[in-house]
Amino acid sequence: MTAVSLQSKPKQTFFSRLRKNYQRYSLVYWLSLPILVYYIIFHYLPLFGICIAFQDYRTAKGVLGSKWVGLKHFISFFKSDYAWRVIRNTLFINFYNLIFSFPAPIILALLINEVKFAPYKKTIQTITYMPHFISTVVICGLLADFCASTGIITTITTLFGFERTNLLNSPKLFRTLYVSSGIWQGIGWGSIIYLATLSTTDPNLYEAAVIDGAGRFQQAIHVTLPTLVPLIILQLIMRMGQMMSVGYEKIILMYNGLTYETGDVISSYVYRRGLQSGEFSFGTAVSLFNSLCNLLMLVSSNFIAGKVTGESMW
Amino acid sequence: MVERKTVGSRAFDICNYIFLGLLAFVSFYPMWHVLCGSFSDPILLTKHYGPLIWTQGYSLEGYKVVFNNPNILSGYLNTIFYVVVGTVSRLLATMIGAYVLSRKGFMFRKVLTFMMVFTMYISGGMIPTFLVVKAVGLYNTRGAIIIPSLIGTWNMIIMKTALQSVPASLEESARLDGANDIVVLFRIILPVVKATVAVIALYYAVGEWNSWFSAIIYLRDTSKRPLQVWLREILLQNSSSGTAVEAVDMDVSALFLEELIKYCTIIVATVPILLIYPFVQKYFVTGVMMGSIKE
Repeated sequence: MTAVSLQSKPKQTFFSRLRKNYQRYSLVYWLSLPILVYYIIFHYLPLFGICIAFQDYRTAKGVLGSKWVGLKHFISFFKSDYAWRVIRNTLFINFYNLIFSFPAPIILALLINEVKFAPYKKTIQTITYMPHFISTVVICGLLADFCASTGIITTITTLFGFERTNLLNSPKLFRTLYVSSGIWQGIGWGSIIYLATLSTTDPNLYEAAVIDGAGRFQQAIHVTLPTLVPLIILQLIMRMGQMMSVGYEKIILMYNGLTYETGDVISSYVYRRGLQSGEFSFGTAVSLFNSLCNLLMLVSSNFIAGKVTGESMW
Repeated sequence: MVERKTVGSRAFDICNYIFLGLLAFVSFYPMWHVLCGSFSDPILLTKHYGPLIWTQGYSLEGYKVVFNNPNILSGYLNTIFYVVVGTVSRLLATMIGAYVLSRKGFMFRKVLTFMMVFTMYISGGMIPTFLVVKAVGLYNTRGAIIIPSLIGTWNMIIMKTALQSVPASLEESARLDGANDIVVLFRIILPVVKATVAVIALYYAVGEWNSWFSAIIYLRDTSKRPLQVWLREILLQNSSSGTAVEAVDMDVSALFLEELIKYCTIIVATVPILLIYPFVQKYFVTGVMMGSIKE
């Protein structure tokens, strides 16, 4: 202790400390410069650019010269019929994802975990991971082809007495197709994290359970599942934090004028109105509303989870 | 593990094996269908409804059209350019960023880390970013595809965590030999964290191969478009008149080619990804678990 206090020097000014630090880390300073510039230009300038949500932005006048209009764009968004439609669709798709897409990889992991024959297990894993790497464009292309009036999926549905039509033009089916194709693509990949966690389970726990007379089902419920609970909660928090966001890429590739009613979400609406029609200010306003909702969801779900279970992201 | 095989347990095993087998089949079958379709005779394929188990007749007609299509060829070359240049420059920037953030004595480490992590939670969004890209003169340049998304902050944080786990003694001995930061990063630290680097490179490369949206909003010239954008036109906008079929004479058989061309382009665009698949597979678990670390 005394040695430390003997070595401690009199209080240095910020600049003298900076000079010393620079002498020791000069190259680090220079390396950090381009990174800093990148973040300022491509992350912080757009953040500053959000202020066009409160303006009537004109490209010719720029951000500094455009007229300020306050909450005009927010009000016109909430007064329009589209506001309810895109918020509802965003929430519905997320709700379906939460009910169907979220548990699917967990169930798959539990089932794969029960396979004791290693080569079979490996084959199943390898094949089910594959769709994750197929591009969104190809996924939607496959979907469009299979759901066309002559496609495989349509042909199969006609066996059950359904009409032969293009399924992607049906507003009733849009969300089902969106969510189920998402499960098809993501179920295997999503199960990796759960399987990896299961592989760390202490085998003694199973032995103890067997001694206590637990059957396989009971082992799965009382030993396997509890191992996954902290991870599931963590994943659930992240999911809840995204309840107001649906990625636009797949939506834009999948929907068309006939399915806007059920398929148009906030982000795709922002793209269509903001970028395609060039209403920059309006689009930014809608997008800002969406980001704020997301942030609120993330913070509150994290807070609730922290209170209830002691598991939280931060 | 001690296990008593009851009847119920056996029945469960059988059902489980069958169910998982079916699931694997469903995961794999769509690509098989497309593969069979792509080698089929165009007229037989158009007449065929429902699943394909094998090719309908045999022809390479579709691939001929696809490989003679200048748009697909230029798209392919552009994609390779974006993937190679994009992955190398993104990796480099990510590593430099991670290195800077991992230097414990660096005075601005905490401030910079906060500043960068902050952008993961709040971002300007699509439109302000678009306006910035336009303002800095990147609009309609190849740089617009790579530079605005140069660093994935999450990847950088993962890399930073990996760099911090490298024992300081390794670095110190190199320093005594007079190595500077760049030598330390590339010669000493990099070999230790190569699994992390490989996974992040994989993420960047696959992401770039599959990306299409930034090209849609940032590029006007069709000559700079990546493959996925042409793919979208062919598969989803049915504008084959402007793309694929244009290459052949518009006779009756050209109408039948539409379906075939779709299947061939899917195969041509997806095969490279599936070819690297066996080689990168061993990194999957590392990759997914890296993303689950708590910061």
